Amino acid sequence: MRQKKSTEVTVGLFVLLGMGALFFLAMKVSNLSAFNDEQGYRVTAEFENIGGLKARSPVTLAGVRIGRVERIELDPETYNANVVLNLYASFDTLPTDTAASIYTAGLLGEQYIGLEAGAEEEFLKDGDVIELTQPALVLEQVIGQFLFSKAEGDE
Amino acid sequence: MGTIQRLGQWAIGTSERLGRGYLFLMAILAGIPGSLFRFSLVIQQIYSVGVLSVLLILISGLFVGMVLGLQGYNTLVDFGAEESLGVMVSLSLVRELGPVVSALLFAGRAGSALTAEIGLMKSTEQLSGMEMMAVDPIRRVITPRFLAGFISLPFLAAIFSAVGILGGYLVGYGLLGVDDGAFWTQMQTKTDWYDDILNGVIKSIVFGFVVTWIALFEGHDAIPTSEGVGRATTRTVVHSAFAILGLDFVLTALMFGDV
Repeated sequence: MRQKKSTEVTVGLFVLLGMGALFFLAMKVSNLSAFNDEQGYRVTAEFENIGGLKARSPVTLAGVRIGRVERIELDPETYNANVVLNLYASFDTLPTDTAASIYTAGLLGEQYIGLEAGAEEEFLKDGDVIELTQPALVLEQVIGQFLFSKAEGDE
Repeated sequence: MGTIQRLGQWAIGTSERLGRGYLFLMAILAGIPGSLFRFSLVIQQIYSVGVLSVLLILISGLFVGMVLGLQGYNTLVDFGAEESLGVMVSLSLVRELGPVVSALLFAGRAGSALTAEIGLMKSTEQLSGMEMMAVDPIRRVITPRFLAGFISLPFLAAIFSAVGILGGYLVGYGLLGVDDGAFWTQMQTKTDWYDDILNGVIKSIVFGFVVTWIALFEGHDAIPTSEGVGRATTRTVVHSAFAILGLDFVLTALMFGDV
C-alpha cells in the first residue's frame, strides 16, 4: 500500500506538471491573456478596399492597440467591405467623427486599422458606423497612377 | 498463379488483422466505464507509461527547442528578422514538433514496453489464466493501459512544447542576444490559443489514442513465442510512426489547410 501511495503522488505531480505546461502555453506563449476584450463594443467601418486586412488584425489609436477586427463582410449593394471592429470597453470616449484608415506595419508587415480621433462631443456607441474611412493603399494602383501621370506629363 | 495467391493471402490477412484490431478497440471502449470505477489501476499505468517518460520528454524537448533557436536564428538574421525567432520556435513546436515528436518518443519508450508486456503476458498464458478465473483480461489489463496512454500523451506533448520554447528562449536570449521583450511579445501576438495550441492538443490526443491502440493490439495479437513478441514490438514502433506521420498530415490539412 505504501508503494502505491508514492505512485499516486508522482502521478499527481505529473498531471500538475502537464497542466502547468498547458497554462504556460496559454498565458505566456499565446494571446489568451489578451482575450479580455470580449465585453468590448462593436463599431462598423465601410472601406472601398481593405487590402490584406484580416479578422483579428489590430485596431490602434495613436499606435496603441485598442481592439481588433472581428469580421469582414462584403456589402452586396455598394460592393464595399464592411469591417466590424471590436473595441475595448475601456476606450469608450471615441468621438463620432473618428476616422479609420488601413495602414501597413513596416514595408512588408501585416495590415492594421489606425483610428484618428475627431472633435465631436458625442461618443461612438455599440453598433455605430465610422463614416470617415480611407482605403488600403494597393501598391500596384499607386505605381499605375504614377506611371499614368508621368505619361500624361510627357505629352 | 503463385504470386496471385500470395497477393490474395496478404489481402485476406491484412483485412483480418484490421477487423481484429477494430473489434479489439470496441472491446476496450466497452471496458472504459468499468475501469473508471477502478481508477487506481489506471493511475498505476499512468505512472509506468507517463511519469517514467517525463525525463525523456524534458530532455528531448529542451534540445529540440535549442536547435530550433539556433537554426531559426541563422536563417532569420539574414532578413533582419531575428526578433521573430520566438514566433518561429513557438509555432513550430506547438503546431507540429510538440505533438509529433513526443508521440514518436512515446511510441518508442512506452508503446514498445506495452506491447512487450502484453505479449509476454499472452505467451506465459497469464491472459488465459485470467479468463479461466472469470476475470476479463481486456477490462483488467488492457483498458487501464489504454486510458493511461490516452491521458498521458497530451500532457507529455504540452510539457515538450513548453520546455522546447524555454530552450529556444535560452539559446535566443542567452546565447545569441535576441531582444527579450520582442521574443515574447511577437510570440504572443502570433500564437493563437484556439488555432495553434488547442489544435496541437487535439493532435496529441489523437496520437495518444492511435499509438496506445496499436501498441496494445500488437501485444494482444502477437504470436506467443519470444520471436513473435519481438516482432510485435518492432511492428508497434514502425506502425505507430507511420500512423503518427500520416495522421499528422491529415490533421494538419484539416486544421491549417485553409490558413
